[in-house]
Amino acid sequence: MSDHDYTPKSKVGKWFNDRLPLLTLANHLTDYPTPKNLNYWWTFGGILTFCLITQIITGIILGMHYVAHADLAFQSVEHIMRDVNYGWLIRYVHANGASMFFLAVYIHIFRSLYYGSYKSPREVIWIIGMLIYFLMMATAFMGYVLPWGQMSFWGATVITNLFSAIPLVGDSITTWLWGGYSVDNPTLTRFFSLHYLFPFLILGLVILHIWALHVPGNNNPIGIDIKKPSKDTVPFHPYIVIKDLFALLIFLIIFAFFVFFSPNILGHADNYIEANPLVTPAHIVPEWYLLPFYAILRSVPDKLLGVIAMFAAIFVLVILPWLDTSKVRSTVFRPIYKQFYWFLVADVLILGYVGAMPAEGLYLLIARVATAYYFAHFLIILPFLGMKEKTTPLPLSITEPVLGGSADMAMAKNNSDYKEKL
Amino acid sequence: MSDSDKKKPNRRDFILTATTAAGAVGVGAAVWPLVDQMNPDASVKALASTEVDISSVQPGQSITVIWRGKPVFIKRRTQDEIDSARAVDLSELKHPEKDEDRAKDPEWLVMLGVCTHLGCVPLTDKGDYNAWFCPCHGSHYDTSGRIRKGPAPTNMEVPKYEFVNSNTIKIG
Repeated sequence: MSDHDYTPKSKVGKWFNDRLPLLTLANHLTDYPTPKNLNYWWTFGGILTFCLITQIITGIILGMHYVAHADLAFQSVEHIMRDVNYGWLIRYVHANGASMFFLAVYIHIFRSLYYGSYKSPREVIWIIGMLIYFLMMATAFMGYVLPWGQMSFWGATVITNLFSAIPLVGDSITTWLWGGYSVDNPTLTRFFSLHYLFPFLILGLVILHIWALHVPGNNNPIGIDIKKPSKDTVPFHPYIVIKDLFALLIFLIIFAFFVFFSPNILGHADNYIEANPLVTPAHIVPEWYLLPFYAILRSVPDKLLGVIAMFAAIFVLVILPWLDTSKVRSTVFRPIYKQFYWFLVADVLILGYVGAMPAEGLYLLIARVATAYYFAHFLIILPFLGMKEKTTPLPLSITEPVLGGSADMAMAKNNSDYKEKL
Repeated sequence: MSDSDKKKPNRRDFILTATTAAGAVGVGAAVWPLVDQMNPDASVKALASTEVDISSVQPGQSITVIWRGKPVFIKRRTQDEIDSARAVDLSELKHPEKDEDRAKDPEWLVMLGVCTHLGCVPLTDKGDYNAWFCPCHGSHYDTSGRIRKGPAPTNMEVPKYEFVNSNTIKIG
């Protein structure tokens, strides 16, 4: 990085930059050398930043009209939907925005898994990312409680009761979380306060996430180390900026489809019934993005062990950089891992599906098998596969195989295309 | 290790340790109110007991009342239900408790209508034991409110209660 050599052209700019090097930062972000072979799976970082900003802006606006009180919350949400100018739009963007945020984050995470972006030297980026993901789940959960519908209330009851599984202090902790002996007004007001706070914590972590990314630079689809800047890189602006904006545009089309054509399809009808502490809805399910973890929770017949398994399912991701023993980053060069990768994708989708179904009979059996496989993937398959697998040869640089100069056959597709043209 | 290597604590070390300790106590004292404010407040605790008129409850019937924001089931059990609850061999139970200990007056079963798994409200007269069944994650309870099948770890909790007179129960 040649940032330190940067000097603003204008006198004022130089004067300011000597006192606070914001222009140096802007210059670094503009010129930041990026691998030239980044594909569209790499555009989700920008999309996620957009999602976070959207949630913060719409959330601040909703906070101007929402009333955090057990007797008034449900009414105030209906007031937003019916009376506030464009209230329906802002709320639907916020509610569906959460789903879009998770859709993007899951793609972002699975991109990381496919191309080995969590591996050395990018472990800290990955861990910060997992912290962000965890905070996102907490934020989304608390946000879902705020409308104070039946799903809000009973979702809050079930999730806060997870802590009652902790031996000895569990009940005191749940009472402390609730501020009473059940989910009630004190719970609602503190959830509102924290739901407002957490996005800003996420924003702070996002800055650290990007900072940590800019130290080693981006991983890339073939996962090899590259020299920066070199013929393997392009400046972030305009190349990546324009590509990210185009991807964002496509993403916004999908986003807009949900907001304008089926704003409630990802929600639950039960949440349009005001919270009633005496009646539990017949079938409680969390929002779709939490379903795989919910399936893991329910597949263990013991209360404490179920809760442990659920949190372990997240924790196992945090320590992933040390579970995957393979030095080769990109799945492109790992023929056996590639198959297991898709098994994992299928496994998580299956967990999500059975998480939405009643926990009985065949569904329960499938959930148990899928849960076992989930942990086996990370704790057994990844450590051993990394030691045993015979990987295909890595190209020496990004540019070389494209130009046909490499004898390496892993990039054979580009290679043969090139040769045919000759 | 020779004696000269062992650094003898001097007055400076003593001051550092003492200051750190005092500082830690101070920080703890300052943080505690910030943590404890989340515990149930005085207005919540003030609602800690409630009196219920049970004169109109018929045998076999169950009513649900609210105590501390939670549902409480008050079931007037039939003789069959009492018999089936008392006939159970304790070794069959996941959380062994005698029915005699759960229902002071065998006719009246008073317990929190809260599933001990994750806090849903079980449905009455449902499930394998035709008593209580939790729809959330499939826990079955018997006519004494004891867990028999499913993920819940313990029997439904019996709160502190007393008969004020033959028609009134005071819970809490």
